[in-house]
Amino acid sequence: MTQSGKGVGAAAVEIDGVAHVFKSHGRELTVLQDATFKVASGTFVSIVGPSGCGKSTILRMISGLLAPTAGTVRIDGETVTGLRTDVGFMFQTDALIPWRTVLENIALPLKFQGVAKAEREDRARAWIATVGLEGFESSYPHQLSGGMRKRVSLACTLVSDPSTILMDEPFSALDVQTRNMMENELISIWARDKKTVVFVTHDLEEAIALSDYVVVLTARPARVKAVRAIDLPRPRDILNVRTEQAFHDLYTVLWNDMRDEVRRSYADETAKPSTGAP
Amino acid sequence: MSAAVQPLSKSAVHAWRLGLVGGFFGLWMLASALYPTARYVVGDPVLVVVQLYDWFLEGSIFGHLALTAIEAMLGFAVGALGGVAVGLLFLFVPALRHLFDPILAILAVVPRIVLAPMFMIWFGLGIVSKAALVTLIVFFIVYFNVEAGLRAVQGHLIDRARLYGANGFQLVREIYLPASLVWLVSSLKVSIGFAFLGAIVAEYLGATAGIGSLIAFAQSQNDPNAVMAGLGVVFLVVVPLDWILTRIERKTVAWRG
Repeated sequence: MTQSGKGVGAAAVEIDGVAHVFKSHGRELTVLQDATFKVASGTFVSIVGPSGCGKSTILRMISGLLAPTAGTVRIDGETVTGLRTDVGFMFQTDALIPWRTVLENIALPLKFQGVAKAEREDRARAWIATVGLEGFESSYPHQLSGGMRKRVSLACTLVSDPSTILMDEPFSALDVQTRNMMENELISIWARDKKTVVFVTHDLEEAIALSDYVVVLTARPARVKAVRAIDLPRPRDILNVRTEQAFHDLYTVLWNDMRDEVRRSYADETAKPSTGAP
Repeated sequence: MSAAVQPLSKSAVHAWRLGLVGGFFGLWMLASALYPTARYVVGDPVLVVVQLYDWFLEGSIFGHLALTAIEAMLGFAVGALGGVAVGLLFLFVPALRHLFDPILAILAVVPRIVLAPMFMIWFGLGIVSKAALVTLIVFFIVYFNVEAGLRAVQGHLIDRARLYGANGFQLVREIYLPASLVWLVSSLKVSIGFAFLGAIVAEYLGATAGIGSLIAFAQSQNDPNAVMAGLGVVFLVVVPLDWILTRIERKTVAWRG
């Protein structure tokens, strides 16, 4: 994350005055309103905010799955106009193909990209080793635990070597212990390859533990409320970092940013009938 | 005293089944033996078997059976392919689906059998009119199932595949078809019975040969044994076909463990 060029390298992802108006049954709901921030190349940035504030919407816009109602999204200086097959996107759900084995699932992105069979199997096997799933190559997703499915999903996201990775609450369905282990693995993989990561979560602790910068969004219609640098030293151990004083100080600062927004969002949700917006 | 309800053992279930079927035939035989007039209403299982034996011995049945099977299978193939093709077409051209959705829904409510006389007028008394009726019947069964199967494909699977760079053909081959295969195969299972039903009913209405015309002739002769024998012949064909489709169905869900 940079403001005016500080941080690591040039901006990999730019969100520039982006708005999104959700239309349903003739009603309009402004989810995002004039969101602006930049993510520097090679940094790990989390987006936090109250539920329904359009965190996932931003990821869908970066990937080109969704076009912004106003404003511009740029990746490496290039305006996003359609699907970006060069970014990795890890969804909240596993999105694994149930009738394909672990190996086939991980090799599938490469198959779509026309990589030869031998090479895609080699690369898939290398990722199976990286995420610690040796021996499960020919298992089907339903035979794996939730944590293992997440590993497969992570390998699927990374196998085609995208320079930018978008993650939409990828670990929210996991139990706390498994989740912390996955977070540790994620930051060690990230530290190795230094990809740009945009990570959406509603969990402030997760955001602080993982990130270089945390972007706080306001309640709907969302704008950027604050951008906080997380200056905890790396390499970090997710299991220990939470006990440090600096972590608690950051948590206090960010929670102060968030608190009013969460209240506003909650009041909105309870006062009005459900809008059905994402 | 309360004992837990024990599920029947496998052999006990088989014994009960045999007993039920055997009991049915036993009652039938008993009825036709005790009340001679019943023979003219429900027939006599022994005479049904004799009839079947005669037909197969003479060989006259094979021509009828082949004709009906060709009508049914031809309509089955065309209807099933059409159902899949239209399902996929609508998937990729939502405007067309939007246009045709209510029309198909209304047509689906109309019993297709009613159209059999129309097909006779258009296509004559031969194979084509029967196959056309079967096509129509099978098309609707397969189309609605495939359409539901395609709609049930998780959006995230599609989003993800598209982000991986999958083109339309790859989406169909890798995601849409395998995801809806279970729906397709189970609709084929339903269709196979209806395919023979359609062919036979169409033959009742007007045909020079085929199992249906054989049954219709038996009916005009007030011969319940030959009617039941005709039914038996249909059984002999449909049951193995259903068995084959059940095997295929099991294979398509093998990944579920």
